[in-house]
Amino acid sequence: MEALSLLQWLIDGLIGIGLLWLAWRALFCPELFKAIVLFIAFGLLMTLAWVRLKAPDVALAEVAIGAGLTGALLLSSWAKLRGFDANKGMGAREKNSEQAEQKTKRPFFHGLYAIPLLLMAVGLGYGVLQLTPYATGLSAVVAENLDASGVSNPVTAVLLNFRAYDTLLEIAVLLLALIGIWSLGIRPSVREATPDPVLDLLTRFLTPLLLLVSAYLLWVGAHAPGGAFQAGSVLGAAGVLLILAGWRLPLSLAGLPLRITLVAGVSTFIVVAVLTMLGGAQLLAFPPSQASLIIFVLEITATLSIAAILAALFLGSRPDHSEKI
Amino acid sequence: MTLSDYLSVLFLLAGALFFLAGTVGLLRFPDVYTRLHALTKADNVGLGLIVIGLAMQAESFASVGKLLLIWLLVLLAGSSISHLIAKKALQKGVRMWRR
Amino acid sequence: METFYLALVFFLLLNLGAGMWRVLQGPTAADRMMAAQLFGTTSVAVLLLLGQVEGDSALHDVALVFALLAAVTAVAFVRRAWSEPEKEHDSK
Repeated sequence: MEALSLLQWLIDGLIGIGLLWLAWRALFCPELFKAIVLFIAFGLLMTLAWVRLKAPDVALAEVAIGAGLTGALLLSSWAKLRGFDANKGMGAREKNSEQAEQKTKRPFFHGLYAIPLLLMAVGLGYGVLQLTPYATGLSAVVAENLDASGVSNPVTAVLLNFRAYDTLLEIAVLLLALIGIWSLGIRPSVREATPDPVLDLLTRFLTPLLLLVSAYLLWVGAHAPGGAFQAGSVLGAAGVLLILAGWRLPLSLAGLPLRITLVAGVSTFIVVAVLTMLGGAQLLAFPPSQASLIIFVLEITATLSIAAILAALFLGSRPDHSEKI
Repeated sequence: MTLSDYLSVLFLLAGALFFLAGTVGLLRFPDVYTRLHALTKADNVGLGLIVIGLAMQAESFASVGKLLLIWLLVLLAGSSISHLIAKKALQKGVRMWRR
Repeated sequence: METFYLALVFFLLLNLGAGMWRVLQGPTAADRMMAAQLFGTTSVAVLLLLGQVEGDSALHDVALVFALLAAVTAVAFVRRAWSEPEKEHDSK
C-alpha cells in the first residue's frame, strides 16, 4: 500500500498548502471583491480539509456557514459599502489622501506589529510542544455517557447535552449581532428588480429543496452528522434566496411574529436551563429519561431562530422599516 | 475486478477528462462568454460521468438516488447561474471576443 | 480501487489549483466568480469520491449542501454585488 499512503500525503499536502496560500492572498489582496472570492474559495477548500480530517460534522457546518452564507453576506455588504462610497465621493477621496499619509508611516509600525506576533508565535509553539503526543482527550468519556444523552451522534450529544451552554451562547452571539445591526439602522435594504424567468424558476425549485434538506439535516443530526446549526443555515439560505428574488416578509409578520421567531431559540434554552435548575440539577443538566425530547425541542427552536437571524442579517435592516420608506 | 468495476473506472476517467477540458477552457478561452460555455458544460458532464461511475459501486438504490439528485441539482444550479452571469455581463457591457 | 479514487481526487485538486489562476487574474468580476463556481462543481466531485473511499455516506450530505449553497452565493453575486459597468476587459 505504498502508493496509497503517498497519494494521501500528496492530497493532504496540496490542501494544506492551498489553504495557506489562499489565506495569504485573501488577507493581502487590495481589491475587496477579489478578497471575498478568495475567501469563498478558502471556505470550500477548508471543507475538504475537514473531510480529510474525518470530521464531517464540521465540514457540514463549514460549507453551510463558511462557504455559503458568509460569502453571500460579504458580497452583499460589499455592494452596500460601494453604494455608500459612490454617494460620498468627496469623503472617499479624503480617505485616499489619508491613506497615502498613513503609507509613509507604515514601515515603522510594521516592525512594531512583529514583536507581539512573534511573542505569540513563540508562546503557541511552546504550548504545542508541551502537549503529550498522544492524549486520549475526552472522546472516551463522551462514548461512555452517550447512552444517557438521548442521541446517538456524539457531536450532537456534546453540543446539545454535555455542553449545551456552548450552543446557547452561540445563538446569543448571533442574536446580539442582529440587534447591533438593527440598532445601527444604516440604510434600508436594496430594492430588488423583478427577477427574470430563469431566476424565478431557480428560486421555485431550490426553495422547497432547501426546506427539505434543512429538515433532513435536523432529523439526521440525532444519529449522524447534521444538527441545528447546519439545518438553520440551510433554512436561512432559503430565506436569502427568497430575499434576492425580491420576496419580502408580509408586513403582518414583520413585527411581533418575526421577533418571537428570532428570540425563540435563546428563550427556550433559558427556560429549560431555569427549569433544570429548579428541579435541583445543574444548569442545563437534562434528566436522561427526557433528554431526547428536550434536545428535540431545543433543536427545532434553535433551527428556526438561527434561520430567521441569518436571513435578517442578510436583509441588513429591520424589515418593517424598509417597507415604510 | 469485475466487469462493473472496469466500466466504473472507464466512466470515472472520462469524467476526469471532462473536468480537465473545463479547466483548460477556463484558462485559455478569450472572453467571459466562451469561458462560461466551456466551464458549465464540461464540468457538469464531468460530474455526471463521475456520478455514473460511482453509482455502479453504490450499495443501495437510496444512495444511487442521492447521487443522481446531487447531479441534477448541480445541473439546474449551474445552468441557471451561467445564464444569469452571461445576461448580466451583456448588460454591463463586457465586450465580446471578435476574431 | 481505493488508490484509483485517490489518484482521481488528486487530479481534480490540481484542476482546482489551475482554476485559481483565473480567480487571481480576472479580468472581470464574472471571471472570478465563475472560477469559484468551478471550485463548487469540482469539490462536489471530490467529496463524492472521498465518500466512496471512506465509505461514509455523510459526505454525500456535505456534497448536497455544497451544491445548494454554491447556487445561493452565485445568485447573491449576480443580484447584489455586480452592479457597475465593467471597466476591465480582456486584452486582445
